Amino acid sequence: MYDKLWLIPLFPFVGFLINGLLGKKIKNEKVIGAIGTLAIFSSFVVSCKYFLQLLEDSNKVHEVVVTSWMSVGQLQVDWGLLLDPLSALMIMNVTGLATLITFYSIGYMHGEEGYFRFFSYLNLFSFAMLMLVLGSNALVMFVGWEGVGLCSYLLIGYYYEKKSASDAGKKAFVVNRVGDFGFLLGLFLLFWSLGQKGVWTIRFTEIAANAHLLENGGLIVTIITLCFFLGATGKSAQIPLYTWLPDAMEGPTPVSALIHAATMVTAGVYMIARMNGLFAMAPDTMMVIAIVGGATALFAATIGLAQNDIKRVLAYSTVSQLGYMFLAMGVGAFTAGIFHLLTHAFFKACLFLGSGSVIHGMHHAYHHAHLDDDPQDMRNMGGLRKKMPITFYTFLFSTLAISGIPFFSAFFSKDEILWWSLSSTRGHWALWLMGALAALMTAFYMFRLVFMTFFGEQKTDARAKDHIPESPLVITLPLMILAALATFGGLMGVPHVLGQYIGHFPNAIENFLAPIFEHTQHLHHIEAHGAAATEFTFMGISVGIAVVGIGLAWLMYCKKPQLPGLIVAKFPALHRAIYNKWYIDEFYDAMVVNPTKKLGTTLWLIFDVRLVDGLVNGVAWVVKGSGRALRYTQTGYTHNYAMSMVAGVVAIIAIYVFN
Amino acid sequence: MENLVQTAMQNVNFAAIMPSLVLACFGMVLLLINAFSRRGATAHVALISLVALLTSGYTAVMGWNNPQAGFAGHAVLDNYAIFFTIIFLIAAGLTILMSDSYLKREGYPVGEYYTLIVFSTVGAMLMASGTDLMTIFLGLEVLSVSLYVLAGFFRGQLRSNEAGLKYFLLGAFSTGFLLYGMALIYGVSGTTNLVDIGAFFAASPAAATNPVAIAGMLLMSTGFLFKIAIAPFHMWAPDVYEGSPTPITAFMSAGPKAAAFAALLRIFLVSLGSMEGTWSSMLWVLAVLTMITGNFLALNQDNLKRMLAYSSIAHAGYALVGLVAANEIGISGVLFYMLAYTFMNIGAFAVLVLVGKQGEENLTLQGFAGFGYKRPLLAVLMTICLFSLMGIPPSAGFSGKFFIFAGALDAGYVWLAILGVLNSAVSLYYYLRVMVFMYFKDPEEDFEWIQLKPGATICIVLSVIAVLYMGIVPSGVMSLARQALF
Amino acid sequence: MITITHYMVLSAILFSMGTVGVLTRRNAIVVFMCVELMLNSVNLTFIALSSHLGNMDGQIFVFFIMTVAAAEAAVGLALMIAYFRNRESIDVEEFSLLKW
Repeated sequence: MYDKLWLIPLFPFVGFLINGLLGKKIKNEKVIGAIGTLAIFSSFVVSCKYFLQLLEDSNKVHEVVVTSWMSVGQLQVDWGLLLDPLSALMIMNVTGLATLITFYSIGYMHGEEGYFRFFSYLNLFSFAMLMLVLGSNALVMFVGWEGVGLCSYLLIGYYYEKKSASDAGKKAFVVNRVGDFGFLLGLFLLFWSLGQKGVWTIRFTEIAANAHLLENGGLIVTIITLCFFLGATGKSAQIPLYTWLPDAMEGPTPVSALIHAATMVTAGVYMIARMNGLFAMAPDTMMVIAIVGGATALFAATIGLAQNDIKRVLAYSTVSQLGYMFLAMGVGAFTAGIFHLLTHAFFKACLFLGSGSVIHGMHHAYHHAHLDDDPQDMRNMGGLRKKMPITFYTFLFSTLAISGIPFFSAFFSKDEILWWSLSSTRGHWALWLMGALAALMTAFYMFRLVFMTFFGEQKTDARAKDHIPESPLVITLPLMILAALATFGGLMGVPHVLGQYIGHFPNAIENFLAPIFEHTQHLHHIEAHGAAATEFTFMGISVGIAVVGIGLAWLMYCKKPQLPGLIVAKFPALHRAIYNKWYIDEFYDAMVVNPTKKLGTTLWLIFDVRLVDGLVNGVAWVVKGSGRALRYTQTGYTHNYAMSMVAGVVAIIAIYVFN
Repeated sequence: MENLVQTAMQNVNFAAIMPSLVLACFGMVLLLINAFSRRGATAHVALISLVALLTSGYTAVMGWNNPQAGFAGHAVLDNYAIFFTIIFLIAAGLTILMSDSYLKREGYPVGEYYTLIVFSTVGAMLMASGTDLMTIFLGLEVLSVSLYVLAGFFRGQLRSNEAGLKYFLLGAFSTGFLLYGMALIYGVSGTTNLVDIGAFFAASPAAATNPVAIAGMLLMSTGFLFKIAIAPFHMWAPDVYEGSPTPITAFMSAGPKAAAFAALLRIFLVSLGSMEGTWSSMLWVLAVLTMITGNFLALNQDNLKRMLAYSSIAHAGYALVGLVAANEIGISGVLFYMLAYTFMNIGAFAVLVLVGKQGEENLTLQGFAGFGYKRPLLAVLMTICLFSLMGIPPSAGFSGKFFIFAGALDAGYVWLAILGVLNSAVSLYYYLRVMVFMYFKDPEEDFEWIQLKPGATICIVLSVIAVLYMGIVPSGVMSLARQALF
Repeated sequence: MITITHYMVLSAILFSMGTVGVLTRRNAIVVFMCVELMLNSVNLTFIALSSHLGNMDGQIFVFFIMTVAAAEAAVGLALMIAYFRNRESIDVEEFSLLKW
């Protein structure tokens, strides 16, 4: 029934091969773009087929073994694919968005050097992401995990002539290493500890079935899940490993939309959802996840308040929204987290592509006027709503969605998360407060972006201002589709408390994902409890928050544009701190540059969890330092080498013969 | 008199040494050819050497599952010997492939180079098929003496001279320990035959705790550990690897290392099984020490050749973990890893051979800046080799490490496995540094267009194919490794 | 009466002398001669044990060791000559181009 599942990752891989090997010869941009788009579109079609088939099927979990990989003792590792409601939703998400974004790239990347390289990387990325999502065991997932990372660095560093771009690629590369190491260590410990119980497996279905063998809430399961979570923080840009994502905006905009907003960065969330049975057994880890998620949501939102680069605002917003998803995972709201993952993919992809359209237009205008102002700086924009109407409306709808305005998609998903963080058996009012404050700021900075870009008077240089065109259809078509999804996509998860008033409208996504999460939630008594009236009240509060945020933005950036300046003048230190991203980057640099301060900072680090990245640098420094010291044992003198041999022999003999 | 001849002839079974015999004969023919060749013409010598290796490989493969013993128990050709023989032949073949253009570039187009590689391969094969301390010693010396010359092959270059001399002095020194250990074992057991030694210790368990026997075992293993470059007997390795001609470095880090492993495994498992408690606890410590030394010292290296030398020390440490585990998965994992390492390491070295300019001053990290954009395809091949060395799936290096660490876990050496995994994590740093330079740094101004030499290119492509094959479908090679042992 | 123990002790002493020589001498040729001393102490061990055990294996082994030692000497001296030509010295302490 599902035995052709491997076609889904195969198509983009073939696309990658064709464009990668022959692209240089093909030269024709249209052909290259068509090959790239067709490859991923074919896999979207196959995904649709299997998705519909799964909807009808009574058996919701299907595993397909392509071929055997390794067998060691009782452990059998296959190249296996797993189709269940969770991965089915993900492949729809990945292939659908990748198709739209690859299509968009045909127009956006027009005339760029290495056009074929870009498309082959995009296809390779899709392939790796699909392996990650579909892998039936943790090792196949890890192959995908590494693969998406690799493509991400390659695409961030796409404009490698730009120093900032290659630096950003490097940063992503290094930071992700830390996370991947956590993933591997967690996998290793899980494999071993289950092996102690007689189950040698790394298959997800078997892990889920046998997780109960480990001690519930015990130390080992906590360590394992924390290791996995470390992996997730790296890939999904959470505190403390989030710094790479904003810098990753150096990559071309479609890449930001696909990899750094809609798909790859959500891999950490997906991984936790995939192993929900295991994570639910470690309440301590869940608490850490919730706190880190909430804190990231809040922290990144504050930074987003003061950025002037249009893509950077969106980047911090992505970090913040990912924080919401982790918050959801942490309080056991798995369905809500995945739901938010999907709606976020819609609106954030649309926002990024919309910003790309704006940048494209600005770039065009500056190019026309022979200026080299920054096409991404919002202070040079304003009033674009008349110049780029389609871009404006799609952008507006998505912004309404992210702000949580009722009946736009993220209203449902974000509200669900906030409700769970308050009322879940693993929730806490403080978590809700963090989420709510972040929602307020989100509404504010997103509308700040909209007002600065599309409203008010045009601040573009006079020579360029009349040459900003609306983007061509190849760019606006994906925008319209995504805006529609961002607007209506929420209807798949209308909460019961609302649904029962609108003709028993079902919560489709919850029903669909029930086979994956319900068992875990029952087993560990994870549920959201509270009266319908309370739920309505809090729904009202979050709508109120959104409206307040938007209102503030309107007041400050439309009604009285002089207000922000006054505020900055009043609290210059605070604004400077936020504008400079709380000096986190500077802090990390200082850590590396000033090893003299290492003792004091190391002590400080131990107490300050927020700065684990610094600790990582510290460890690297110590390791490297000891390597440097050890290096001088290699003196080059033959006598010393012979001496080391003799010392070794004498020591060994002394230990084993004379004791 | 006739009787004497007859008993002597009864024990002669050329099938037991056929692959090495064939190769040795070819080697002698090559010597003659060299003597009558025009100076500077080496391509035909290289070709004939490759033919020799192929012929020898053919005779070896034909003997699979048909074990032959001969020469009064001095040599066998069993699956185990054949598996290792194939590893040596592959290592030698890949080395020869990348050598021709290299020798021309460095100004030493001398045919004896290939003859010496052939002879050192013969030595390695004797070590793998020797079942007597004498044969193993002879094999080791044939291997070593050829390698001393190869390491110092560039007579006019001080670095090469120094590498050869250091290797020679320390190698001879370690031979002393090896032989002294063999003498002590001989003194306790009264025989030099591996099977008889094993039978002796099995029959009299008290002898296995005899201090003289233990001292003999320790001294003897020292000699092999030196060849494998296990800390604290590793210190020659970085210097010698750095100073030797690059293809020889590639060969040394794969072939002789595997040969010493072959002999060590056979001696430990066949003869000294009753001392397992002692040697496995010793190797436990040495494995950890080796992994740490190799990886930590590699962190600060800017010279790629030297960095790969340190990394090769670390890899020997990983392989040793499998020997400590001493169970089916672990030991067959060692065999698998030796083959995997041969491919990935020689592949990486072949890239160095292609990229290097005369004198190889440019084989630093900076020399690889922007390589990913100047030579994308070659960079991808290098990347795959590096991924395999790091142990990222799906590559041969990952599968090998996986088997070895799984074996250690299975045998209950949890900490050893954890230390191994942690060490792999450290090793990521210096391999990734190469990739950072390849993909995220601007190329130097005078970046020269690298010419693809056919031999080295074939070598790289073959290696990468093998690395991927052994990573994606490792079960085939793994079942061969199992058949080699059981 | 000279027993096997005497031979063993003598060869152990010779072996140690050789080892110490390798560690302390600076001239590469002398270092190599010390290695030869170690090998000869091994030879002595083998022969003594062989006669003690009444078993020929040890003596045969000695022949191999001597042959190999000769081959090693040839190669070693050749390497030293090559080095000497470039450096005008064979002081072991001066081999320090390759380090760290």
